Amino acid sequence: MSKKVKVDVNRKDMTKLQWTWHLMKQNWVGYVFLLPFAVFFLLFTVIPVVASLALSLTSYNMIQAPKWVGFDNYIQMFLNDDLFMTGLKNTLIFAVATGPTAFILSFVVAWFINQLPPKGRAFMTLIFYAPAMTANAYTIFAWIFDRDSYGLVNGWLLKLGLIDSPILWFSNTKYIMPLCIGISLWMSFGTGFLSFIAGLQGVDKAQYEAAAVDGVTNRWQELWYVTLPNMKEHLLFGSVMAITGAFGYGDVVTILAGSPPTDYVGYTLSHHLGEYANVRWELGYACAISVVIFLLCFGANILIQKLIRKVGT
Amino acid sequence: MARQKKLRTINHRVVLNRSAGGDFAITFMLLLLGLLIALPMYLQIINAFKPLSELFIYPPRFYVTSPTMDNFKNLFSLMSSTWVPLTRYIFNTVFISIVGTFGTIMLSAIAAYSLSKMNFPGKVAFFKLVIYALMIPAAVGGIVTFILISRLGMMDTYWAYIVPAWGATQNVFLMKQFMESNITDAVLESARLDGASELRIFWQIAMPMVKPAWLTIIVFSFNGLWKTSTSIYIQSEQLKTFPASVTQILSAGIARTGEQAASAFILMFVPIIVFIITQSNIIETMGSSGMKD
Repeated sequence: MSKKVKVDVNRKDMTKLQWTWHLMKQNWVGYVFLLPFAVFFLLFTVIPVVASLALSLTSYNMIQAPKWVGFDNYIQMFLNDDLFMTGLKNTLIFAVATGPTAFILSFVVAWFINQLPPKGRAFMTLIFYAPAMTANAYTIFAWIFDRDSYGLVNGWLLKLGLIDSPILWFSNTKYIMPLCIGISLWMSFGTGFLSFIAGLQGVDKAQYEAAAVDGVTNRWQELWYVTLPNMKEHLLFGSVMAITGAFGYGDVVTILAGSPPTDYVGYTLSHHLGEYANVRWELGYACAISVVIFLLCFGANILIQKLIRKVGT
Repeated sequence: MARQKKLRTINHRVVLNRSAGGDFAITFMLLLLGLLIALPMYLQIINAFKPLSELFIYPPRFYVTSPTMDNFKNLFSLMSSTWVPLTRYIFNTVFISIVGTFGTIMLSAIAAYSLSKMNFPGKVAFFKLVIYALMIPAAVGGIVTFILISRLGMMDTYWAYIVPAWGATQNVFLMKQFMESNITDAVLESARLDGASELRIFWQIAMPMVKPAWLTIIVFSFNGLWKTSTSIYIQSEQLKTFPASVTQILSAGIARTGEQAASAFILMFVPIIVFIITQSNIIETMGSSGMKD
C-alpha cells in the first residue's frame, strides 16, 4: 500500500535508478490498477500498430509464415500501383477538405451556441450533435440523392424544370466527391464539438469582465483576447478528433457510392486497405498501406498540435 | 479613465458589450445552419412513417399526410422470416452493448484513477502513449487486430465484438482528465491516513465523485457498440447483430426505402434519448477534455 510510511530513505543517498526502484516498490498498487486496461490497450491498440510496421516489410497471407521482402511493398505501391495513388490522392483531398473545415465549423458553431440562453444551448447542441451520434442516419442521403425521380433532389429539380432527366448523383464522377465531403461535414459535429461547447462554458466570466475593463469593446475582440487563449487545451483535443476522423474516412463512400465507386472517384486508402486485406489476402501489402495512413495522420496531428500550441505565445 | 464610463453595470457586475446587430446575425446564421443539419434527420424520421404511396410520389414530399406504422411492421415481419429469430439479433446487440460497456467503464476508471491520483514511474509515458493512440485511425491496426483475434480463438464469438472495446483509448483519456480536475487530493490523502486501502478509496470515494465521467463513458461506449454492424470476425448468423441483419435485409434496394427508414429510426432513437437524458453530465465531462501537455 502506498501509505505514507516514514522510511529512512533519502533521495540524495541514492542513484537515479535506485530512487526509481524505490518509487516503483512504494507505489506498486498503481501498476496493479493500470494493468487490466494496459493489457487490452497494448494488445488491441499498440501492438497492432507496431506489428503493422514490421509486417509491412514482409509478404504474408496468414497461411504461410511471413516472408521478408524489405521495402518491396512500398516500392511496388509508389511505382506500380495506380489505384494506390488514386487512393492516396483522394484521402488527401478528403483530409484537406474535411479536416480543417470540420474543426473550424465545430468551433464557430459552438461559439455561436454558447451565446444562447441555457435551454437554447442544450437544444442546438442536440441538433448539431445528432448526425455524428447516430452513425447510420446518413443513409437518408441515399433517398435525398436517389438516382430516379422519386429521390428528393431529382424529383424537385425535375418538377421545377431545372433538369430534363434525373441525375445519377452517386454514380456521376462529377458529384461523388463533393457529396461525400458535404455529408462528412454534416456528420462532423462530434466529440470535438462537445468538447468546444463544454470548454466555452468553462471560461471564467470574471476574465471577460476584466477584459471589458481593459478596453475590449465587442465579442470579436473577446473571442481573440479571452476565449481562444483559454480554449487552447480543448482546441488541441478537437483538432485530434477532426484530423483522425478525416483520415479514417471511407465508410460513407462505401455505403452511398458503392465499393469501388464509379471510376474509383472517392476511392480512399481505407478502401485500398480493405481490398488487399479482405479480398486479396495480401496482408503484408495491406500493412504497408496502413503504415502510409498512419504516417500521414500521425504526422498531420503532430504538426497541428505544434501550430495550435504556438497560438498566443 | 474615459473608457470606464462606457461600461454598463448591473449589481456592480459588468455587462458585456453586445450589439443587437451581432446578436441577430449570430442567431440567424445559427438557425440557418441548424436547419441544414436538421433537415436530413427530419426527413429520415418522416420517411419512417410514410406509407408506400407517399414514399413513391412525384414530386417527393417533405411531410407525411397519413402517417402509418406499416414500415415498422414490414421490417419486423421481414426479419422474422429469417431463420434466426429477430429476438436473437436484438439480444446480441443488447448483450454486447452491456458487457462491452461494463468492461470498459471498470477498466478505464481504475486505470484512470491510477494515472491521475497515484504516483509511479512510467505513468507519464503511458499516458503519452494513450494520447498518441487517439491520433491513429482504427483502420491502421485493423489487420493485426484481425490476426490477433483469430490466433486467440475469438473468431466467431461474442469476444470479438467486446474485447477490442475494452481497450478503447478515448474513455481512459476522458476519465483521467476528469478525475484530475474533479477529485481533490486532500480527500484521498485523509482516507489514506485513516488506513483505507487504495481499492476502497477508488471505489467508495473516487468513483462517486466522477459520476458525470462514467455516465459519459457509458453513453459513448454504448452508442458505439449499439451500432456495431457487420463484422469481419463473425460468420455465424446466430451471432450477428441487429444492425447487421437490418443491413442484410435492406440490401434488396429501393423497394425497401420505407423499411430502411424505419430501421434507421429505431437505431437513432435510442442514442438520441440517451443523450437528452445525460447531456448535462456529458458536457460537464467534456469540460475537462482538454489536452494539457
